[in-house]
Amino acid sequence: MSKFLLPNEKDSDIFSLKSQTPMIKDPQARIIHKENWKGEYYLFSLESKKIAYQSQPGQFIMVRIEALPYPLLRRPFSIHSRSRNTLEIFFNVQGIGTALLAQKKLDDCLDILGPLGKGFRLEGDFKGKNVWLVGGGRGVAPLYFLALRLRLRKAIPKIFYGGRNLLDLPLKEKFEKNGFDLLCSTDDGSFGFKGLVSDFLKRELEKSTPSYIYACGPEAMMKKIAGLSARKKIPAEFSLESLMGCGFGACWGCVRRIKRAKEEAWVKTCEEGPVFRREEIIWPEGDK
Amino acid sequence: MTDISVNLGFIRLKNPVLAASGTCGYGLELARFIDLNKLGGIIIKGLYFFPKEGNPPPRLAETPSGLLNAIGLQGIGVKEFSQKILPQLQNCKTALIVNVCGESDEEYAAVIDFLNKREGITAFELNISCPNVKKDGLCPALDPKATFSLVKLAKKISLRPVITKLSPNVTDIVEIALAAQEAGSDGISLVNTFLGMAVDVETRRPRLANIFGGLSGPAVKPIALRMVYQVASRVKIPVIGIGGITSYKDALEFLIVGAKAVEVGTANLIDPEATIKIIQELAEYCQKKGIEKIEEIIGTLDVKGNIWKK
Repeated sequence: MSKFLLPNEKDSDIFSLKSQTPMIKDPQARIIHKENWKGEYYLFSLESKKIAYQSQPGQFIMVRIEALPYPLLRRPFSIHSRSRNTLEIFFNVQGIGTALLAQKKLDDCLDILGPLGKGFRLEGDFKGKNVWLVGGGRGVAPLYFLALRLRLRKAIPKIFYGGRNLLDLPLKEKFEKNGFDLLCSTDDGSFGFKGLVSDFLKRELEKSTPSYIYACGPEAMMKKIAGLSARKKIPAEFSLESLMGCGFGACWGCVRRIKRAKEEAWVKTCEEGPVFRREEIIWPEGDK
Repeated sequence: MTDISVNLGFIRLKNPVLAASGTCGYGLELARFIDLNKLGGIIIKGLYFFPKEGNPPPRLAETPSGLLNAIGLQGIGVKEFSQKILPQLQNCKTALIVNVCGESDEEYAAVIDFLNKREGITAFELNISCPNVKKDGLCPALDPKATFSLVKLAKKISLRPVITKLSPNVTDIVEIALAAQEAGSDGISLVNTFLGMAVDVETRRPRLANIFGGLSGPAVKPIALRMVYQVASRVKIPVIGIGGITSYKDALEFLIVGAKAVEVGTANLIDPEATIKIIQELAEYCQKKGIEKIEEIIGTLDVKGNIWKK
């Protein structure tokens, strides 16, 4: 098998009948840049021409951590940004998978699948429109790619970035350096607004109303923002996090409750998401 | 050139590697990465007559070298499958086996009856591990009598070969296999997943919303292999081995203990090209060993090979 095989390049006639977006396996995505911050945040740049080329904001890749059976499953990472030949992932150490990934060195190669899922919809004209992007913790990862795209579409993006403390905002400089309008909040008040990013957003919404809100972060944060945006009738999209088995629609493991045309169902996050519109999402009850 | 085809009696597969039910979706999901025509066969995700909602999340929990799942057989039902999926699989030049589910004997019968009339299906794999709603959620797979009567019914209705897929969650799997054979099953596939659970110690909640789930992956392979060996040694009908296969060596172990073919499951989720790689490497192994037909390997376990044996 060649290194890259676009599915539609294959001899099977079965394929042509299904796929909307090509999915590619790149067993040799080389780590060409690695950064890390206190608080165990990491950023990897991976050389993977075809996956990078096809990627859209909000899509993700599945990374095989080890060629061994432990950890068994690939791990999903949203695409943080991309250039002509590379794509970036931004993550923090959560468990065994991300801990082992963090130990990978420059020039190591990763086996990845991508680009996967449906990203932010980005339909219509964004010229001159105010759009607010809200990221909590590592949830800020896909919003950088989105912010770049929105700027390209002549929108005026404003980024709300929330964390527990200043150490929890490692991408602050990156957004600022690239000239984005960035508003930070920390739970302990060590930087920016003191409190939850959703409360910060609530205060700002009293002053002005954006044309669109995009959010990614902890479930409770997104649920609150869904409520706020609904009350002010601002269209909003959310990138949901889900435990995934395969990432390409084969296992039905990553479902969320989604409502479409008045019908509710368990919908695969990997295939139909991870980004969903506010009105589609049924948020879980309870505390977690 | 090695002949890697295998004869299941009712069909000759181009090679002994099938994609297991529930790990290749409706075939099309896996076809995004591989050419399905290169497989020995694919087994379509379990189908009930009506669409099935499935369990709430979390549906998955990873354990050391294993995967617990409680998907709850979410699926589209036979009508949508026949209308939307099957036409797309018509040109598929490999064995297309449909995994058949039912909440009652009647539903199994309805699924088979409905699919009998559809073209392009090679065989049915009877998923006897579905909870029976009329019998307090008890699976037919747990009882030889229930297995016998369900297989008998399926065989009576089916116009195609029936493979019975066994659950490992029983005291004596050979007894169930013999019941399926007695009822006329054309083949046996084993094993389905092992019932297990996992707990989040921070919250003290079960890691699966369903509390229990089925364990698969490399962690279960030795137990699955033992069961396949026990069953293959006792039944006359062809046996298909399943359980934690991720490499050609794993596949060979199952063939050596008597399986005529294997199903690769969880490995597809991790590497969608896993089956293709296993098929290539099986051919290479045979070539290297001077084996002309892969079938020569089947059931050749050398239990007398221990030099310390008296």
